[in-house]
Amino acid sequence: MAPQVIDVCAVLRSAVNQNYGNLLTRDTGMAVRHQIERELAANREGGITSLDFSRIGMMDYSCADEVVAKLLVLLQNDDLTRGGYVVFCGIGEEHLELVETVLEHHGLALVCLCEDGHPQLIGRVSEAERRAWEMVRVRGHAAPAELADEFGFGEDFVAEVLDELLRRRLVRRGQDAFLALDVADTVQ
Amino acid sequence: MNVITVPSSLDDQSFEQVLEQLAPLPADARILIDARNTGWASPYGLTALLTLGQTRLEKPQLIPPEKDDTASYWSRANFFRYAEELFDIKGKVPTQRAASESGTLLEVTPVSRSDDVHTVVERIQAKAAHILTQNLHLESRAVLGFAMALSEACQNIVEHAGRGGWVAVQNYNYRRRMGKHVVQIAVCDAGVGIRQSLESGNRRPLTDRWDDAVALEAAVIQATSRFPEHGRGQGFKGIRGYLNKWQGKLAVRSGTARVAIVPPWDDDVVRRDHLAPMPGTQLFMMIPERVDR
Repeated sequence: MAPQVIDVCAVLRSAVNQNYGNLLTRDTGMAVRHQIERELAANREGGITSLDFSRIGMMDYSCADEVVAKLLVLLQNDDLTRGGYVVFCGIGEEHLELVETVLEHHGLALVCLCEDGHPQLIGRVSEAERRAWEMVRVRGHAAPAELADEFGFGEDFVAEVLDELLRRRLVRRGQDAFLALDVADTVQ
Repeated sequence: MNVITVPSSLDDQSFEQVLEQLAPLPADARILIDARNTGWASPYGLTALLTLGQTRLEKPQLIPPEKDDTASYWSRANFFRYAEELFDIKGKVPTQRAASESGTLLEVTPVSRSDDVHTVVERIQAKAAHILTQNLHLESRAVLGFAMALSEACQNIVEHAGRGGWVAVQNYNYRRRMGKHVVQIAVCDAGVGIRQSLESGNRRPLTDRWDDAVALEAAVIQATSRFPEHGRGQGFKGIRGYLNKWQGKLAVRSGTARVAIVPPWDDDVVRRDHLAPMPGTQLFMMIPERVDR
């Protein structure tokens, strides 16, 4: 079983048939996103796909809007049972600000694997969503009832927050609990 | 023959003198652009002059600068390479040699397709990194923002102009004028211009007044795009954010108006209306050396 990792730089070069290393222009972003969508569609059995940006040099707003924001919007609007969970990795400190701006503009959020190896939630989330996401991340998996006491609100409220995180594909649904997007689960 | 005299120093401000001379003439009038006494031209001056050539129905004549070093610089900056197609050049043009100017970050380069934007950024990035960090003393993260701003500015041509334009980037040591190094970027096209671009997408704001200045402010300040999608129009916002962070200047001219984001070190006018008409959009950015280290 090979881990599902999509090298965005390789996708870029394949999508535009050029030896580019920068994610620039809306046209390029659209071509890259379409190819990523095809690769994600081929891997829709509930696994997590890691989108690796580590070999990307420069990025601009238009391209980030196409590759990051539109991809997230598409995934959010897709059928949850079809999988499509994505963790972004290799986004350097220098690109984070740009990606966060794009996410803020659309009211989106994503799970990003930082250089220290820890997943981080970036973009626009409510305080309750951020707390619930962090609790699930630390535990690996959690049901609303397990978090209600620590959260300080009732189980129903926690369940609502977790459902919203699920809709936004920032956590996954397990049999009896919500699961963190753990890149170890990128193995099919 | 109508003679249009090019000022001795040709930049984004003095180019208005060229347009004022052209304003009373119809687009098919025969003109001679006389640059004999021009001794200096900025990236904006050179790219805007090419753009002007695109707008004429009758191929204009052009007399190059008399000063050898000026004509030689225009040649090394690739100006004549493209001017030869647009102008009937009167007089000798220096043979083009490889650009050896240490300050030239990017010679005059055509932009019409998405691929051109990649080429521009890939060509400039190593040299830009050196000049921004060593001459302008900016942090290394300023280099990524620079590439982003350049890319977004060039994309305006690809996405909105409807015809090709040019970009050029130059580093100057403005010791006497400003007491510091600066990098200037010019991106000029003779396309449909911002007002017509917004009109084509039915994106005209609901205001009583609608002219080039209002359209410019909608695009540059309010991030309005002709495309209704939510993520559109963010290019100018990104450029403004970058220039604001590094105390840079932005001026965008389209039609008969010009708006500028003016940093504290400059005294330019924020908005100018009723200028001499010029098709398309002409964009000027200047990033100064950081002195508060």
